[in-house]
Amino acid sequence: MIHLAPGDPTELIGSEDPTTIQSLEQVRKLYGLDQPLPVQYWNWLKRVMLLDFGRSFQPDGRPVIDKIAERLPVTLLLNLIEMVIILLIAIPIGVRSATHQYSTFDKVTTLFVFIGFATPDFWLAVLLQILFGSQFGWPISGLRHPMWEYLPFWRQQWDFISHLILPVTVATFGGLAGFSRYMRQSMLEVIRQDYIQSARAKGLDERTVIGKHALRNALLPIVTILGLSLPGLIGGSVIVETIFAIPGMGQLMVQSVFARDYPVIMGNLVIVAALTLGANLVADLTYSAIDPRIRVSRRGRR
Amino acid sequence: MSPRLSLGRLAVLAVLVALGAGCTVDPESAAEPAPLVAAAKPAYGDTYIDALLGDISSLIPTITSDGASHTVGGLIYSGLVRFDKNLVPEGDLAESWTFSPDCRRLTFRLRPNLTWHDGQPFTADDVVFTWRTIIDPKTPSPYKADYASVDSVEAEGPGVVHVNYREPYAKALTSWSTYMLPRHLLEPYVQEGRIREAPQNWNAPVGTGPYRFVSRRAGERIVLTANPDYWEGRPHLSRVVYRVIPSQATTFLELKAKGVDSAALTALQYQRQTDYPAFKRAYTKFRYPSNAYTYFGFNLKDPRFADRRVRQAFAHAINKRELIDGVILGLGREATGPYKPGTWAYTDKVKTYPYDMDRARRLLAEAGWERNAEGRLVKDGKPFTFEILTNQGNDERKKIAEIIQSQLHELGVGVEIRIIEWAALLKEYIRKRRFEAIVLGWGTGIDPDQFVIWHSSQQAPEQMNHIGYANPEADAALERGRAACVREERVKHYHRLQEILAEDQPIVFLYFRDALPVVSSRIHGIDPGPNGITFNFTKWFVPRPLHRYTAG
Repeated sequence: MIHLAPGDPTELIGSEDPTTIQSLEQVRKLYGLDQPLPVQYWNWLKRVMLLDFGRSFQPDGRPVIDKIAERLPVTLLLNLIEMVIILLIAIPIGVRSATHQYSTFDKVTTLFVFIGFATPDFWLAVLLQILFGSQFGWPISGLRHPMWEYLPFWRQQWDFISHLILPVTVATFGGLAGFSRYMRQSMLEVIRQDYIQSARAKGLDERTVIGKHALRNALLPIVTILGLSLPGLIGGSVIVETIFAIPGMGQLMVQSVFARDYPVIMGNLVIVAALTLGANLVADLTYSAIDPRIRVSRRGRR
Repeated sequence: MSPRLSLGRLAVLAVLVALGAGCTVDPESAAEPAPLVAAAKPAYGDTYIDALLGDISSLIPTITSDGASHTVGGLIYSGLVRFDKNLVPEGDLAESWTFSPDCRRLTFRLRPNLTWHDGQPFTADDVVFTWRTIIDPKTPSPYKADYASVDSVEAEGPGVVHVNYREPYAKALTSWSTYMLPRHLLEPYVQEGRIREAPQNWNAPVGTGPYRFVSRRAGERIVLTANPDYWEGRPHLSRVVYRVIPSQATTFLELKAKGVDSAALTALQYQRQTDYPAFKRAYTKFRYPSNAYTYFGFNLKDPRFADRRVRQAFAHAINKRELIDGVILGLGREATGPYKPGTWAYTDKVKTYPYDMDRARRLLAEAGWERNAEGRLVKDGKPFTFEILTNQGNDERKKIAEIIQSQLHELGVGVEIRIIEWAALLKEYIRKRRFEAIVLGWGTGIDPDQFVIWHSSQQAPEQMNHIGYANPEADAALERGRAACVREERVKHYHRLQEILAEDQPIVFLYFRDALPVVSSRIHGIDPGPNGITFNFTKWFVPRPLHRYTAG
């Protein structure tokens, strides 16, 4: 697919420098780009089977796996923190606006949600940078203070965390809106079910009805969405990563596409695909944790 | 800003990075730090924090044309010669050099007792090795063409190097500003064609330059420290940190919050957003023409553009001053040809094309284009319409195309604009000659040799004369200018070339945009000149009381 995009890595070496173009043909041969596409693909497949993703076409020539390995942790860390915060905030909001439908709280959160949906990431990011960075002296971008090497251990950790606050806030803001909506919707459906009625009829107090019977059932669709949104989160972090100068997977992917760095693009796709499968597996396991019936029915069929 | 860039090689990114050489300096900056400069005593210490728009792609910049790599590499490595404030070559690792009378033998005498960062001696063998590395077909270097006419390079003892040329080559001296590479570390990798995989290319570069490599984090930062054994003495700023910040807007915010010490401003930032007292106290602004010009070019194989009168008419129809004011807020200089005003090859004694719509109309009428009832130009029943291509992500060029569109519309010429991603534009349109007109830029190197751009022999798909320009007189001037090694003689040929190009207008030369760097005002010793500001980076210093980062 990538090869459908015109241009190849060597095209970019010369660009506007008159001295360089004459050497392009040699470089192309060196990278094996003169081979037919099926041959290039077969060579790549053979190597991936052995978990060898090859080396980047960039002049650093580093193994793709290294390039991804040094960038994956920060992206995963950001996304995990983001997810946890989203869930911690979105679930209570969703539950409450469902149980108190059309209350003032529901209306305020609905308004908030639409603002969250409508706010572009990059705009919010710059606003926060100006407000907290320029006015209050918070770190604006990057992950570490320029003199980080000279800080004592605990200051280093705090410095790192303080650099993450703004990007996490921005990344959370948009996601929060969506998840609290899903939660509200799913909860609304559940509390109209008969078994909630019967739970109430049994004389259970409201907290147990909502917190135990309703919430567990309402969480199922959320888990599905969560599992599906992981690859999107990794891809979608490009904007946040670029504005906050965080060297993560999103940046790597975009740069590789612009540079037509095929091995890195392919490696990235494989990793994201693996992560998606992994996330779906985790989602499936979570189903059974939340809803014992899923486990039971499977055993029953055996 | 990038210290002591080898300008010749950086031409590519000059447009993006907005760095370069020039002659005039903004009066604001020239006047500003005067009282302190007189009082300040050079001191050692402090950390200088610079911003890079993209991560470096290599720590052996010989194998890349990426601007960031050359910025960082320029501090780690050094060449045999370098360029001073006025772009005059001076000895770097070489103490002196001589040309043989027939210009075909160049002899360098190296400085005594030079060492690599790891303590090994630097000798003539390393020079020979560097040359072998670049020309080795297994080395992916974009600079091979610079050494195409080198016949051999010989070491005579440890301190003398002879370079023999098959024919006189005007860029000979400039080409030896290339970074010297350590033979004792790189030889096995080069022989196996694996130079990219050498640790020196990733996190252990060893050079002869003023700064040593300390550490890097991919996509985040690169840290260098002063080299106490540098031949010119230890540099004053003891630590340099390059931060990778991919967004220009973020870099600007960091600048305001003092998170970086230097950045290249956009025209808008320079004119409108940095004109308040606090910013002026914290930073010194510089302004000089960059090493790149923007042009409006034509496919000369297209019969409509093959007619010189049409091109001249367009040149008259474009108000360059207004264009500069509109697109870059006046922060640029009108171009009359492919050389930067103020450099030795430049002449202003060429035909110019003042904004004059009537002359433009007359020239088009002479060329057989007539206005029809609707006011559109037609010839043989066909209306004059064409498409301008330019690359994505460059707002400046997009605006230029729009201004040209509206100005040519007044003449009755219909213009469409198409914006295409860079790699696709090069491969599918420029290389294949599938374009009618383009708005693009050329970098101008340190040497005025532009054979590869204008010579009629350079029209193959991979070559740079993609507009298809062919003029025997221009060819002759290019050939003679290239073969002469005495500057006084070369000047004549390049002046002639500019006259021919001005007359022919194979492209409409629009402007040289100004480079607009700012540097923290605590940094002293900056001496702006035609070579920009960073050529004397090792002499920059922060007076003791103004040190900001003391731990380093």
